[in-house]
Amino acid sequence: MSARAVSLAMILGIIALGSAIGFLAGARRKMDLEQWTVGGRGFGAALVYLLMAGEVYTTFAFLGASGWAYSRGGPALYIMAYLTLAYVVSFFILPPIWEVGRKYGLQTQSDFFRMRYGSKYLAAFVCAVGVAFLIPYLQLQITGLGIIVSIASFDGIGRTPAMAISVALLTAFVLAGGVRAVAWVSVLKDILMVVAAVAIGIGIPYIRFSGIGPMFAALARARPAHLTMPGATPNLGHTWFISTVLLTSLGFYMWPHAFASTFTAKSAGTLRRNAVLMPLYTITLAFIFFAGFTAVLAAPGLANGDLALLTVVRKSFSAWFLGLIGGAGALTAMVPAAVFTLTAATLFAKNLWRPIFAPEMTDDQVARVARLSVVVLSLVSLYFAVYSSTTLVSLLLLGYAGITQFFPGVVLGLYWKRASSPAVFAGMIAGVGAVVFLFLTHRDPYRGWSAGFIGLCLNFSIAATLSLVTRPNGEL
Amino acid sequence: MRRRLPEKRHDVTPVKPPSRGALVLGLIPFGAMCFSVALWDRVDPMILGIPFNLAWLILWIPLSTLCLWAAYRLERK
Repeated sequence: MSARAVSLAMILGIIALGSAIGFLAGARRKMDLEQWTVGGRGFGAALVYLLMAGEVYTTFAFLGASGWAYSRGGPALYIMAYLTLAYVVSFFILPPIWEVGRKYGLQTQSDFFRMRYGSKYLAAFVCAVGVAFLIPYLQLQITGLGIIVSIASFDGIGRTPAMAISVALLTAFVLAGGVRAVAWVSVLKDILMVVAAVAIGIGIPYIRFSGIGPMFAALARARPAHLTMPGATPNLGHTWFISTVLLTSLGFYMWPHAFASTFTAKSAGTLRRNAVLMPLYTITLAFIFFAGFTAVLAAPGLANGDLALLTVVRKSFSAWFLGLIGGAGALTAMVPAAVFTLTAATLFAKNLWRPIFAPEMTDDQVARVARLSVVVLSLVSLYFAVYSSTTLVSLLLLGYAGITQFFPGVVLGLYWKRASSPAVFAGMIAGVGAVVFLFLTHRDPYRGWSAGFIGLCLNFSIAATLSLVTRPNGEL
Repeated sequence: MRRRLPEKRHDVTPVKPPSRGALVLGLIPFGAMCFSVALWDRVDPMILGIPFNLAWLILWIPLSTLCLWAAYRLERK
């Protein structure tokens, strides 16, 4: 067999195994809306841990983090800081979110806003913003899948057909399995991902430089500025680091899917224990950074940093191993992408379409609209993935700039009686508006500050100030 | 079966706020991994062959877990 056939067969085998696990997990249960979206609210610590880890370690961590270590250098370290700190934040905000979720039977993030602020328009806005900013995250996964399949085929399969195939597979997977399928495939994905990361993080520096220490020493000699901030960028310095780490760690559980995954837990204690252990998972990232930094000297001159990891794997290992890494990478794209489409589709059907356009719809009809939205969303993201060329990390930062704007509404809503609907609404519109403006006019970062963080500050101050001058029920 | 969400707003406050001790424990990792970046963002001295900034962050991953574990013990009381 040719090298191409071996690596492609490996990848397809792993994807098929993952899909089989997913279909089996979802097969014997009756799929009503609650089962499909929050798994009947009965996941214990292990399954919640897997589900949450499954959503976190996306192809962003795999290809994006190594890609930034390769192309940007030092600024990539923000990823390690923010993931760890995100769990610190989660320790404090997830248990109360879970409490109110159980008390009022909440399934989605938008439900939370509806319940707390009593405005269906605010809830619909939250839903629309959530779905809109999930699209770049979904696009990221599809782009990653395209990169994996095309590199593993030794450029035999183009990026576009590779992405189209992945999207078709993904859609089938989501429609058949729901959230339970996703949690179980995470098991396979996480094992593969950790094994792959450690193997390449130690193996590649060893093969190329006979060790991690010599690799860093060589890199520090050849490119002394690459390993610190701003690295290979003009403007990603310490101000950017601090503002971006704050933005992303506060925003981490504001992703609609992450927020909703809170509701799958059995108890608030499950979530606290999870938060204590989850940072340890971030150590995997160190190995991915090792591989990305090795690629700087071992595979110089790549136009797109996101190709760095797999290119250096292809140069250093035999085809079957490239296939194994590619398969692990493909699952790290598919599992989260499945969660995103599932969440976005349910949100759209349940929190935007029904309350605004068709209030008399039954749950079964909502489920049907949700399934249809899965297909539409996948196609929209595929379209963006085909026609744009931003790096994976930039796509994620765009998403964070949008969804972190929910943070003030959630935290003020939980802890402050006075937080009122018009105040939170106004703050959110200002925050999202500022972000859209700064991104569209290419002002991210703005004077060294992350654009999303500027939006967040504006949002928070408006929400807090207006809450003070309005009554809690929103009247002046 | 899913309950329809009620139309009126619900005051969820007061959700029990975290204790002061737990909050302080939560702020320690933020100080170490975020605000103090200017102090640790350098290559030398390398630790076990790893640049100082990366080694610092790796070290603070288990230390963050330690802080949260302490906060967990505190909250349970």
